Amino acid sequence: MNTSGWLQLALYIVVLLLITKPLGIYLFRVLDANGKTFLDPVVKPVELLTYRIFGVDPEKEQGWILYTMAMLIFELVTVLFTYLVLRFQNFLPLNPQGMAGVTDHLAFNTAWSFATNTNWQSYGGESTMSYLSQMLALASHNFFSAAIGIAIAAAVVRGIVRHSTKTLGNFWVDLVRINYYLLLPISIVYAVFLVAQGVPQNFKPYDTAKVVEVQTVQVPKKDDAGNPVKDAKGNAVMVDQKVDSQSIVEGPIASQMAIKMLGTNGGGYTNANAAHPFENPTPLSNFIQMLSIFAIPSALTYYLGRMVKNQGHGWSVWAAMAIVFVAGVLVCWGAEAAGNPIMNHVGVDRAGGNMEGKEVRFGIFNSALFATITTDASCGAVNSMHDSFTPLGGFVPLFNIQMGEIIFGGVGSGLYGMILFIVLAVFIAGLMVGRTPEYLGKKIESYDVKVASIAILLMAFSILGFAGWAALTPWGQAGENNSGPHGLSEIFYAYSSCTGNNGSAFAGLTANPTNNDPHYDITLAFATIIGRFGMIIPVMALAGSLGRKKLIATGAGTFPVTGGLFVTLLIGTILLVGALTFLPALTLTPILEHFLMLNGKLF
Amino acid sequence: MKTFVKELYTSVAATVVLCAVVSGLYPVLIWGIGQVLFSHQANGSLVENNGQIVGSELLAQGFSGAKYFHPRPSAAGTGYDPLNSGGSNLGPTSQKLIDGIKANVAQYRQENGLSGDAVVPADAVTASGSGLDPHISLQNARIQVPRVAKERGFSEDVVRGEVSKATDNPLFGLGGEPGVNVLKVNLALDSLAPKGRLAEKKP
Repeated sequence: MNTSGWLQLALYIVVLLLITKPLGIYLFRVLDANGKTFLDPVVKPVELLTYRIFGVDPEKEQGWILYTMAMLIFELVTVLFTYLVLRFQNFLPLNPQGMAGVTDHLAFNTAWSFATNTNWQSYGGESTMSYLSQMLALASHNFFSAAIGIAIAAAVVRGIVRHSTKTLGNFWVDLVRINYYLLLPISIVYAVFLVAQGVPQNFKPYDTAKVVEVQTVQVPKKDDAGNPVKDAKGNAVMVDQKVDSQSIVEGPIASQMAIKMLGTNGGGYTNANAAHPFENPTPLSNFIQMLSIFAIPSALTYYLGRMVKNQGHGWSVWAAMAIVFVAGVLVCWGAEAAGNPIMNHVGVDRAGGNMEGKEVRFGIFNSALFATITTDASCGAVNSMHDSFTPLGGFVPLFNIQMGEIIFGGVGSGLYGMILFIVLAVFIAGLMVGRTPEYLGKKIESYDVKVASIAILLMAFSILGFAGWAALTPWGQAGENNSGPHGLSEIFYAYSSCTGNNGSAFAGLTANPTNNDPHYDITLAFATIIGRFGMIIPVMALAGSLGRKKLIATGAGTFPVTGGLFVTLLIGTILLVGALTFLPALTLTPILEHFLMLNGKLF
Repeated sequence: MKTFVKELYTSVAATVVLCAVVSGLYPVLIWGIGQVLFSHQANGSLVENNGQIVGSELLAQGFSGAKYFHPRPSAAGTGYDPLNSGGSNLGPTSQKLIDGIKANVAQYRQENGLSGDAVVPADAVTASGSGLDPHISLQNARIQVPRVAKERGFSEDVVRGEVSKATDNPLFGLGGEPGVNVLKVNLALDSLAPKGRLAEKKP
């Protein structure tokens, strides 16, 4: 843990803090249907034209049920659209590499995964997707799912602010304004910056390079039918192969990278995601990518404060998030910098830390920081391979996801997830002092706590249920890339990641095997669906309920939602719920592996 | 039911209109700006030698000869294959990982004339995340300098000069680590021959 790392961490937090207020004020304007922005002269006419094509009256607001229903129907239409584009990409244009149509279960998994802002990838992008699929089927969801998350968060905040009303806004207006005024303008500037840093943006076929020094590699020998040949002992027979060329992957990468980070989607253009030099070429591009993951979620806390006319509350939520974030960074960084004693034992320099699965240009610190950020948020892009982290280094991303990705969190989903925990926290505080719990002038009643609990319990049920099932079945075990507790960690991480709509992976897990076993693809897709809508529907019900309530005057007995006591109680609630739910399973996975590693045990 | 049909219509209209904007106009606009302003980067930062593409500045390729700097081990396909980018994904208690590292350490010591108990730089014996990491650490490059210089008959200073020219430093020393671009330094050394050889070196 060197000085340069500490300085970079401080720089990151300061810059994040500096953009929170201006971007928060801008969000306040974008999320107000009649808000004025500096883009109005250009965008307003397009916005109004869009409503006319949609057949939508922008002045007409919806109640929570109608708002949620509009969102769900839009999801179904776009998922079906993406599914069809993927299945038939071989008949569609912009496919210079001649990629085949995507199989049914992989297309099902991918469509839901992108629609739910998860962006779990059972495939390697550069060897599976045509340029059209990348842009039309996948990148479109990067915009839509991000906008839906922000829209839901805005609707929930309106429910908190308004009283004695049934309406929470208009879904279509929110969807259009967030795309036109927020995501698209920032993405344009951002993508051009990425091109300047070295991220390709073109539509030409992959280039072929004649390598400088021809290499000889060993590959498994195959018979005429394409099956690997084995010797008498059952080991694969290896033959020499000359490598004299290298295919340089091309395509519209920059435009996809920008929104993938800004919208906390995280779906990579390539298999290696943001570790790939074409997706994240320089330390500067890496810094901006990390900043863009937290930018909107951080600004939304300011938006919350501004909307409820209690800026202290917004900053208190920000502080609770920041504290847990920094704690995660320090644990992950410490573990990765300390490295793996077994590696040191065979001659690897201890000072280098654990470099397996990491890139030199990012080093230990920026890999640990990125891993913490991407899992605090529901982004899931990776600039290093979490599967090869030390046990405690890998524990941090896993536990971050299991806490519900509310440490800044996904765009929108972080805020509405956090509001569930705030409701629980004030409820617990109310029980402790024996008063009716209230939140910002609204009584928190049995119905509100019930829906909040349903959302949180569904997450746990999906993660532990699916992971337990997979761990006990042959199809589940067949996917493991590692043996021992680490193999179980891979399965546990996969269902945590999909349920949490994160999308990062202990990527050794083979979820889309060559024998076409669909179990992982289908169960992981259902995990993404439960994780997304099992959260959104209860949280919208809560918003509807809060919006209908009358305002009550705050008194001396009202639990304050600003300041140190509130921050402490909120963090306590988050950690307690996360720890109680997942600690038993975590003990069998990274925690057990940590002690095995210290004892030099290998599998 | 009427509401449902209306929302369904709007959903279809929204899919068409918004896709045209975010999947059509947007990437094409970035393509236009990129091709005009940053044509080299937008096309993959390709490196050409006598009109032949020999690689990309940003992607590692395999080097194993003694006269070349060697990149980090790669788990991408059969090695350095951009069609199969990725890491080994082997965990910290994997026998396969430790066996692989042990073999890499032995090979690295032998190639660079290190003693049997010398510690080796972490990046030299571990696979990168992408399998295409174009850089090696300064420490790793420093150890390889004598071997490369000897094999080419250059002075070590000449080789060190090329190494420092091929080193990418992060902005203001913040936000990342310095690294030596292996493809760049190897191409530079190839283009140097025979100028820069040790003229004074006599048998």
